[in-house]
Amino acid sequence: MASNAVASQTGRKKVAMHDGFLKHAGFRWLKISSGIILLCIVSYIFIDVSPRHNGGSWYGYTLGTIGALLILWLTMLGVRKRAMTSGSWSLKAWTSAHIYLGLSLIVIGTLHTGFQLGWNIHTAAYVFMMIVIISGIFGIYFYATIPDKLSDNRDEMTETEMLENLRSLDRQLHESAQPLSAEHAALVLQSLEQDPFGGGFMRRIAGKYPDCATRIAQADLRRERAYQPKMGGDDPLDKVDALLEKKEATLARVRRHLRLKAMLQVWLFIHVPMTFALIGSLSAHIISVFFYW
Amino acid sequence: MSEWQGGDRKRVSDKYRVVIVGSGPAGMSAAGRAAQKKLKHVLLEKTDHLSDTIFKYQKGKHVMATPSQLVLRSDMDFDAGKREAILGTWDEQTAGHGVNVQYNAEPVKIEGDEGDFTISLKDGSTIKAETIVMAIGTQGNPNLVRCPVEDGSNVQYQLDDPGEYYDEHITVIGSGDAGIENALGLAADAAQNNIVTILNRSPEFARAKKANVKLLMEAKENGKVDVRTETTPSEIKNGELVLETRDGQETIQCDRIIARMGSAPPRKFVEECGIEFTSEDREAYPKLSPAFESTKKGIYVIGALAGYPLIKHCMNQGYDVIEFINGNTDLKPADEPILEEKFSSLPKGKSVDEWLEFFRANISILNELSPLQMREFMLDSEPRRYGRGDVVFEKNEPGSSLFAIAQGSVAVEIDPNDPSITVPIEEGSIFGEVGLISGRRRGATINAAEDLIVVEISRTAALKLQASVPAAKRAITNISTERQLLQMFGSGLTKEDIAEVVETSEIVNVRAGEAIIEEGSEGNDIYVVRVGSMVVEKEIGGKPVFLSYLPAGSYVGEMTLIAGGYRTATVKAAIKSEVIKINGDAFKKVLDQHPDLMRKAKKEMASRQDVNAFIEAKKDSFSGVVDYYSGVANFLIDNGIGEATDVLLIDENLCVGCDNCEKACADSHEGLSRLDREAGRTYAHLHVPTSCRHCEHPHCMSDCPPDAIHRGPDGEVFIDDTCIGCGNCQRYCPYGVIRMDKVPPKKPSLLSWLFFGSGPGPGEPDKAWVADNTDPSVEKAKKAIKCDMCAGIAGGPACVRACPTGAAIRVAPEEFLTVAKLESEDA
Repeated sequence: MASNAVASQTGRKKVAMHDGFLKHAGFRWLKISSGIILLCIVSYIFIDVSPRHNGGSWYGYTLGTIGALLILWLTMLGVRKRAMTSGSWSLKAWTSAHIYLGLSLIVIGTLHTGFQLGWNIHTAAYVFMMIVIISGIFGIYFYATIPDKLSDNRDEMTETEMLENLRSLDRQLHESAQPLSAEHAALVLQSLEQDPFGGGFMRRIAGKYPDCATRIAQADLRRERAYQPKMGGDDPLDKVDALLEKKEATLARVRRHLRLKAMLQVWLFIHVPMTFALIGSLSAHIISVFFYW
Repeated sequence: MSEWQGGDRKRVSDKYRVVIVGSGPAGMSAAGRAAQKKLKHVLLEKTDHLSDTIFKYQKGKHVMATPSQLVLRSDMDFDAGKREAILGTWDEQTAGHGVNVQYNAEPVKIEGDEGDFTISLKDGSTIKAETIVMAIGTQGNPNLVRCPVEDGSNVQYQLDDPGEYYDEHITVIGSGDAGIENALGLAADAAQNNIVTILNRSPEFARAKKANVKLLMEAKENGKVDVRTETTPSEIKNGELVLETRDGQETIQCDRIIARMGSAPPRKFVEECGIEFTSEDREAYPKLSPAFESTKKGIYVIGALAGYPLIKHCMNQGYDVIEFINGNTDLKPADEPILEEKFSSLPKGKSVDEWLEFFRANISILNELSPLQMREFMLDSEPRRYGRGDVVFEKNEPGSSLFAIAQGSVAVEIDPNDPSITVPIEEGSIFGEVGLISGRRRGATINAAEDLIVVEISRTAALKLQASVPAAKRAITNISTERQLLQMFGSGLTKEDIAEVVETSEIVNVRAGEAIIEEGSEGNDIYVVRVGSMVVEKEIGGKPVFLSYLPAGSYVGEMTLIAGGYRTATVKAAIKSEVIKINGDAFKKVLDQHPDLMRKAKKEMASRQDVNAFIEAKKDSFSGVVDYYSGVANFLIDNGIGEATDVLLIDENLCVGCDNCEKACADSHEGLSRLDREAGRTYAHLHVPTSCRHCEHPHCMSDCPPDAIHRGPDGEVFIDDTCIGCGNCQRYCPYGVIRMDKVPPKKPSLLSWLFFGSGPGPGEPDKAWVADNTDPSVEKAKKAIKCDMCAGIAGGPACVRACPTGAAIRVAPEEFLTVAKLESEDA
C-alpha cells in the first residue's frame, strides 16, 4: 500500500525494540550468571581439596579473589550511574549485569567459605554480603512490581502538580471557612495547620496516617451535621465539606505516591550502607588472612 | 518662474501640470514636492480629510516606520508615533507647503493622453491635466472572506474604534499588521470584556512587522488574545464560527468577524484608465517603469497601488515621482546607496536598475515582480558571485536560505562518495528549497558549473516573497514537487519522464483526520506526503485497525494502480498535511515505460499486502493485541507523534522515577535538563514526557529572529549559539519543550562530590547553589534550551543510556508504529 522511500535514508541508527533490565539482551546476564554458578558448583563437587573445602585452599583463594573483585565491580554501578560520560554504554545493561552477577555471589561466596562459619571477621564479611544481596532482591522485587502502580496512581499528574493542587485546596478551604462558627473554623484550621505527610518513616512506608486532621475534621463535621435539618439556601458548611473531601482524596493520592516512591528507595538505605560495611569487613578479612598466612 | 504665474493665465489655468489622485502618504508627499517645485498641481481626495487609510486606523494606534534601513526622502516629516500626531504633522505641513488640495473629489473616469488628460469627477466636474500621479492605494478593495457566510452575521472589513465593542466574542481573520493591531486594540482594555481570537492560516506571521508579532505573542501569553495558527474559517454562522484547524474542525462562539486579509488594487478603474497589470492574478500590480510610469504614458502609479504598502516607501516614491515628472532623470531612489553597496561585488558595468532588471528577467520566480518590489526584495537578499568550480554550499551545512540562479548553472553532487557524479540545475531556476521548506541541513554539495551569479534569498525574504507573489509560491512549489518525485522514484528517471506527472499533479491540503483514500472506494491516483504524515487504517470486524504510519516523503495508493480493484485501506492525515496528488493514468504510463520502477513498486506492494494479510490473520486469534496496538498508535498520534521524527517515550511499567534521565541530560548539557520526565500524557503505561519530538516542520523555527534553529544531519532540531533569548520558539512550541534559562556555573567534579561532598552532585544544580556560585557582576542572558538529541556526544542520547531499567527509549514514529513491532511482541 505504501512505501517509506525517503524517510529511511537518513542513516539513523535503528532503535532496538525495548526490553527491561531483567530481560536485557535476551537474558544475557542471567545466562552468564547461571553458567558461573553451575561451574562453581560442579568444580566444588569434583575438585578434591584436602583435608576439606575451605577458604584457605588454592580453590578457596580462587573463589575468594573472584568474589572480592566482583564485589568491587558491582559497587562501581553507583559511580557509573552518576558519571555521565560519553560512549556507547547503557546503564540498563549495567543494572542487568549487576543483578545477575550479584546473585551469583551467593554461590561464589558460600562455596568460598566451605561452609565454615563462626563468630569472626570472616563470617562478618559473609553476613554483610548476604544482607546486601537480600536487600538487593527486595529491590528487584520492588523495581519489577511498583512502577506500574506508581504510574496508575499519579494518573498523568506530576508530584509538583499534586502538591500545588493541595495548596490550592487549602487556599479555598481558608476562604470558605471565613463565615463558619469558631468551633467549625477550628476543625478546618486543624486540617490547614497539620503537615499531612509528617510523622516519620513508618507512616510514609505504611501509607497510614491515623491522626490525619483532614479526615478527623470531615468526620466531625459529618457526624454533627447528620442530625441537623437542612436549612436550605447556601450553607457554607456544604462547600467546606466538599473541599475537605477533595482534599482527602488528593491527600490519599499523594500519600500513595510518596509510599510507592519510598518503597522504591527504602531498600537502598540498607543496600548501600551495607555495601560499605561489606567493603570494610572484606578489607579486614583479606588483610587478616594475609597477616596470619 | 513657473508658467502659471506668467502672463497668459487663462490658457494654462484650467490645465494642471500634475494631478495627484489620493492624499495618502504617497500622494501627499508628491503634492508636497510639487508645491515645493512650484508646479501647478492639485491633490484630489475623495473624502473630506487627508490620508483616509491612516485616518481610519484605529484611534491611538502606534504607526511604525519600517523598513528601518531605508532613509526617508520627502518634504513631509514622518516618524514612528501615534496616529493622531502623524496626521497632525501632515495636515500642518500640507498647509505650510501651500499644497492645493481639493476634498470630496473622487475621479470616476480618466481620458485623453499625456499632456491632455481629462479627469471626470463624481460630482460631474472635470479637471484637465498634463500628467497624473495615481496614489489611490488598495484599501478601497479589501479581500473578502471566501467561506460561506450566513445571513445576518457581522462581518466587517475595517475597525475604526476598538473602544466601540463590549462583551463580544470577536474573531479577527488575517495575519498581517492590520489584523494583529485590530486584535490587540480590541483586547487592550480588559474592561471592555471582549473575547478576542485571531486566525492565521499559516504557522507564522511572516507578513507582519516583527514588533507587532511580539506584542501579539505577549498578549497570547497573558491570555488576552487567543492566537490560532494553521487555522482558517470554514463557515460563518450567526453567533458561531466553524474553524478548520490542524487537528480537525472546531466551532467557536463568535459575534463579530473582522476580516483583514489584505486588499487588492481597484483593478477595474485602473485598467479603464489604460494601465496594464503584470498578470491576471487578483493581487497583481500595474506594470511600471523605474520612474513609476505606467503603460499609459503620462500616468504614474505610486504607493500601495504600485505594490508597496509601507508608509516610508510611499513617501519616498511621492517625492521621486515629482522629480521624474519635473525632468530630473538622474534622481536615484533613496535606497540606491544600499543596493549599490550590495551589488559592488558583482562584475562592473551594470547600474543598480540594470542589475534589478537582470535578476527579475533571468530568475523565473522573480519574473512577476515590479521594479519596485524588486528593490524591496533585494534589500533583504544578497547577490553572490562564484567562479567556475567554487562551492556554493557543502552537504550538511546548516542553512535555510533559497538560492536563485541569475546567470550560469550549478552542479549538484548526488553521490557523496563520488563527487564526479552530478546533476545540473540551469539558469533561472532555484536550489536550496529543501532547506527553506524543512530547515534541514543542505542535502548535497553544490558547485558552480560555470561562472555564476546567484541571489541568496534569506528565509524571511523567501517567505515574504511567497506570501506576496502567488506566482513565486507556485513556481517554488512546482520545482520542489518535481525534485521530490525524482528523488523518491529515483532509478534513472529524468525530468522529461515525469513532466506529465508533474503537470497533472496538484498540491492538496489535508486537515487532521481527513481521509485522502477511503477503503472500498474507487480511484487510482497516487498521493505523495509532502508535509505532515498519514496513518493507514483498515476496517476489520467493524473496527478501524491501525496498519501503518507514513511520514513525509512516502507515497501511497499505488496498489490499485498496479493491481486494480478497490482501495484496500483508508489513509488519513495524522496532522494537518499537504499531499501531492498524482494522476494515476499519467503515472501508469511512466511505470509501463520503466520496468525497473515497476519491479520496485511491485516489490513494495507485495510487502504491504503481507502486512494486511498478517493483520487480518492476527485479528481473529489475538484481537486484544491488535486492539491494544491500535489504541497505542492512536494515543501517540493524538500527542503529536505524527509530526515527530524522534521522540522520547517512557515505559511506565519499568520507570522507577529515579529521574536519572533528567540528571544525565543536565550533566551532558551545561547543567540544564531539557526534559521533564514526569509531565506529559500517558496511555496504557506508555508515557510521552515533555521533551522535544524534533518535528518534521518545527514550530519553533517559525519565527527565530537570528535564524538560530536548524536541523542537524541526524534529524535533530537544535538551537545554535546565536540565540538572542527572545523566547519566540518557546511560545511557538505546542509541546512546551523549550525552556528559557541561564547556564549555571560549572560544578565540581563527580569524584570530589563523591568523596568530599563538594558541589550539588549529579543533575541540575538547585537554585540556591546556582545563586551562591554565580558571579553577580557578570550579567548572563537567558537562552532557549532544548533537546539536541545529544548530537556530537558519542553513544547517543544520554537520557536513554542513563536509564537503569530500560524504561526510556527514543523512537522514530515510522519505526515504532509498524506492524513489525506487533509481530515481535507477539513472538
